[in-house]
Amino acid sequence: MTASEHALDNGDAGVHEGLYAGGIWSWVTTVDHKRIGILYFLTSLVFLLVAGVEGQLLRLQLARPENRFLDPDLYNQLFTMHGTTMVFFAGMPLIVAFFNFVVPLQIGARDVAFPRLNALSYWLFLFAGLFLYSSVPLRAMPDGGWFAYMPLTSSEYSPGLGMDFYVLSLLLAGIGTIAGGVNFFVTILNMRAPGMRFMRLPLFTWMALIVSVLILLAFPPFTVGLVFMMFDRSFGTHFFDAAAGADPVLWQHLFWVFGHPEVYILILPAFGVVSDVIPAFSRKSLFGYPVVVFSGILIAFLGFGVWVHHMFSVGLGPVVNAVFGGATMLIAIPTGIKIFNWIATMWGGQIRFNTPMLFAIGLVGSFTIGGLSGVMHASPPADLQQTDTYFVVAHFHYVLIGGTVFGLFSGLYYWFPKATGRMLSEALGKAHFWLTFIAFNVTFFPMHFSGLLGMPRRTFTYAEGLGLDVFNLISTIGAFMFTFAFIPLFLNLWRAWRKGEPAGANPWDAPTLEWTVSSPPPHYNFAVIPTVDRRDPLWHPHIEVGLGWAGEVEPGGVSPRVQPKEPPEPVHMPDPSYWPLVMGIGMLVMTAGALGSLGVVLLGLAVTMLGLFGWAFEPSESGAH
Amino acid sequence: MGAVVLQGCNGEYPQSALHPSSDFATRLDDLFTQIVWWAAGVFVIVEGALIYTIIRFRARPGAPRPKEVHGHIAMEIGWTLAPALILVAIAIPTIQTIFIVDRPTTDEDALVIEAIGRQWWWEFRYPELGIVTANEAHVPVGRTVDLRLRSADVLHSFWVPRLGGKRDLVPGHENQLWFKPDSVGVFWGQCAEYCGTAHALMGTRVIVDEPADFDAWVALNQGSAVALTDPQSRAGRGVFMANACVSCHAVRGSAAVGQFGPDLTHFGGRLTLGAGILENTRENVIRWLDSTQHIKPGSLMPDVELSDEQLEQLAAYLLALR
Amino acid sequence: MEGPSSTGVSNRKLAMWTFIGSECMLFGTLIATYLIYRGRNVVGPYPDELLNIPFITVTTFVLLMSSLMMVLALAAIERNDLKKTKIWLFMTALFGLIFLGGQYYEFNHFVHEGLPLSRNLFSSTFFVLTGTHGGHVAGGVIWLGTLFVRATQGKLDATHAETVEIAGLYWHFVDVIWIVLFTLIYLLV
Repeated sequence: MTASEHALDNGDAGVHEGLYAGGIWSWVTTVDHKRIGILYFLTSLVFLLVAGVEGQLLRLQLARPENRFLDPDLYNQLFTMHGTTMVFFAGMPLIVAFFNFVVPLQIGARDVAFPRLNALSYWLFLFAGLFLYSSVPLRAMPDGGWFAYMPLTSSEYSPGLGMDFYVLSLLLAGIGTIAGGVNFFVTILNMRAPGMRFMRLPLFTWMALIVSVLILLAFPPFTVGLVFMMFDRSFGTHFFDAAAGADPVLWQHLFWVFGHPEVYILILPAFGVVSDVIPAFSRKSLFGYPVVVFSGILIAFLGFGVWVHHMFSVGLGPVVNAVFGGATMLIAIPTGIKIFNWIATMWGGQIRFNTPMLFAIGLVGSFTIGGLSGVMHASPPADLQQTDTYFVVAHFHYVLIGGTVFGLFSGLYYWFPKATGRMLSEALGKAHFWLTFIAFNVTFFPMHFSGLLGMPRRTFTYAEGLGLDVFNLISTIGAFMFTFAFIPLFLNLWRAWRKGEPAGANPWDAPTLEWTVSSPPPHYNFAVIPTVDRRDPLWHPHIEVGLGWAGEVEPGGVSPRVQPKEPPEPVHMPDPSYWPLVMGIGMLVMTAGALGSLGVVLLGLAVTMLGLFGWAFEPSESGAH
Repeated sequence: MGAVVLQGCNGEYPQSALHPSSDFATRLDDLFTQIVWWAAGVFVIVEGALIYTIIRFRARPGAPRPKEVHGHIAMEIGWTLAPALILVAIAIPTIQTIFIVDRPTTDEDALVIEAIGRQWWWEFRYPELGIVTANEAHVPVGRTVDLRLRSADVLHSFWVPRLGGKRDLVPGHENQLWFKPDSVGVFWGQCAEYCGTAHALMGTRVIVDEPADFDAWVALNQGSAVALTDPQSRAGRGVFMANACVSCHAVRGSAAVGQFGPDLTHFGGRLTLGAGILENTRENVIRWLDSTQHIKPGSLMPDVELSDEQLEQLAAYLLALR
Repeated sequence: MEGPSSTGVSNRKLAMWTFIGSECMLFGTLIATYLIYRGRNVVGPYPDELLNIPFITVTTFVLLMSSLMMVLALAAIERNDLKKTKIWLFMTALFGLIFLGGQYYEFNHFVHEGLPLSRNLFSSTFFVLTGTHGGHVAGGVIWLGTLFVRATQGKLDATHAETVEIAGLYWHFVDVIWIVLFTLIYLLV
């Protein structure tokens, strides 16, 4: 029996059946976590590309000193949109895409706790992003930077609709995000398969749980800050008005008390991916599982006590700066623990350098650099020379690309076979990795130097005599390489979708539950809800299966425990629903109305209520599968 | 002359945090250097371990399945403690430095200068000396400078890297920053907190003089505008007074008392123009007056409609204000 | 989709508790802002000139009583006493409405006395904080109203006790927040 026959026996549903069958209406009304995950993925990929082009334009402007390619207003709009889009409409939703697709499968559930709420979260994300980008044709792009410091963003210094688009789109997206936080928190707490105790959860799911908590606690203060900003701008309140006795620094506190946990919202899932990928490709369970889990919890916990490290130059005094500097340094410890445990996992393993593993190793290497530069500006006096310069720009791109993006690419290559039933090409994947890895370092490493040599961030130009020309030119060349590095990725996705090798249930011989179901999984995920009796349930006790696993795994490796082809008894699954969409549209209309028309707000409210009641009185599941 | 001063004494990197020229900047640089060495050590260890591991334990055909090792308490403790100790080693000098640089200066002989950030230029006031100037601050070498930082509009951040770290200018707050320059020269700086359209063009210079030169500068700048000698500059004064210039700019000793723009009483003695973005030459002054919005988009100074002759006269007048 | 629960608490109830946890951060931020800005007005009117403590004490009492009725409504539906359920749900919503009426009167009164929203720091923080709370009460009233309508249609029985319980959780939370606001805004003036 050949490998691929093996795979078919294991319920290989084929790309164009099952998960992907059905017309557009079936996607619009879907409440299936897998489909919603795919929608999240494709949408955020588009936003990633748009924001990437924006970053590319910024680099083009900075290619040489005193360049006149972009005028300063446009430059300021572009970096605001680049940052806002990357964080809220590319990074986070890309993470949520993986939460959606992977988490229920990893815990042995048939869907998330609230499938329709999940659909609503997606629509709010999509609509908030479209709303933000509707500022482009209206020539009213926000230009206050992604952290929108008051009072520059007040109606006095930023008249026009630009910052209103920023505030309103983030409020709308924030509602969907908090709903998602509730959903995944409840899902992971409540819908684990029998025997799936907390200390048996795969690391990715663990990080999803932690991130859900971070979302639930961090987004409300930001929401309040945005509401204050909206009221200051639209209704003449004085929350950030120094002349009225208020303190504009309050905005910075509200923003960063959210903004710093947000960094961990972006990075912990990537750590989760890597903590699943490294064991799978080292053929060895995660070293120090409980330590890795608790270091994740610790990072999240400490993450709420360090926000002032974004504000060391504000002048809050030596005590405040010393306390927050110290707390920030503490975070290096659990982060280091994770890195050491990953290396220890690989130690003594049989490491297979498939593309997911390359990106995982790339993360460990690159994130280390970002972490070390982080320690440099955790020291408040050193930070006085670094904050708001390209040194910081270098640092957070090492964290967010070298960490988040590499982690998510690793996850993409890892779970793509599960999602589509097809294998990606290893050759193209490796080309993608190496191009990305090199381009990323060429782009961002020189920024350490341009920052220390005196280049502030958010400057559309720099003087010729500063000695920054070479570093900037290298960064710009790297940025172009980065853009080209996406070509093998898209070729690969396109090729695999058209004619990729069938993947089988468990092409990597990986140990977690998602690899027991067919690829792509059936609508109901698990014909029989599995019972879990150990961590890494597919590995222990070892059953030597799979083909050629000592080298790179070939497609079609099999798992020892497979699901029956058909559920033995009827499975009740939630019905599709268009009410989340109706409600999302209503909330979009309200948001658009908030730009200046009470009538439109009321119309939106009416539609929202219609959606809410339609939702509440709709039976959530009818017949059997 | 301008070109020589602008570039001559600053070497290749006039705005570099790595070339300190004051006690403040030196402290920060020393601390940073220490951290860099620790970081370099950690970098080598981690990346070395990573690369060694992935090479040594790469999959080999026919090798048996790896032995499971679920963890190791002593190792976990080890790699928790080792970074913790390094962090303590970094934290101690950090905290010592914080309690020096984040506190007001105790030097009673310090020269107090008020720096007021405005979109997009700097106003410098010397309250003890009665001097008001813009974008360029003269200070004597070897004497502590006690900067009082205020903002007239949005957030700004004062940053002259060779003299020290940055500190924000926050509406409703007065922040302090002090440094004692240890060498003579022209030190470049610019606003480091995003403040709107022309944020990138909000430069400044701190000119560290020998004490005698500083005293001469003070004597000159305490006075009103100098008397004009040539007809060209007198004609330029006529242009200045007859146009919108006076509604924003002040020239002490004249009818111009505007407050929104930089004080121009001793404009001719400055090295730069437009908040540190152009050398202060006749050609540049004319260009600036002729196309402010092109040179510094967003500048609150509108383009002024003047004939070529008027521009020549006005430039002559401004440069005569030494 | 209500599968088996790993924690023993139903998904919906757990979600409500989770949501309440998140709401604590929301109100915590609003309250912190109010407290930070207390006494920093540069123009009047000032809080002590306007706040009518006896009046608000009465509406606070009304809101507290509504929580009691919520408890009675839950007890009734758990006994499958649908008539009482209907009555107590109605009373809870009604008392919530009375509270909102009081708030409407108070806001109006303040604006008349020269304290529109944009007047000073007190107006900014006070209206946004109590307004956010009022919005939550209004949402609760609508929710209770819906339950009441379903009860009158006979679509609510003991099997829906948890639905009422979850609405009650929310309602009690909103009440507790008001106790905090009442103490911090009115009693500590």
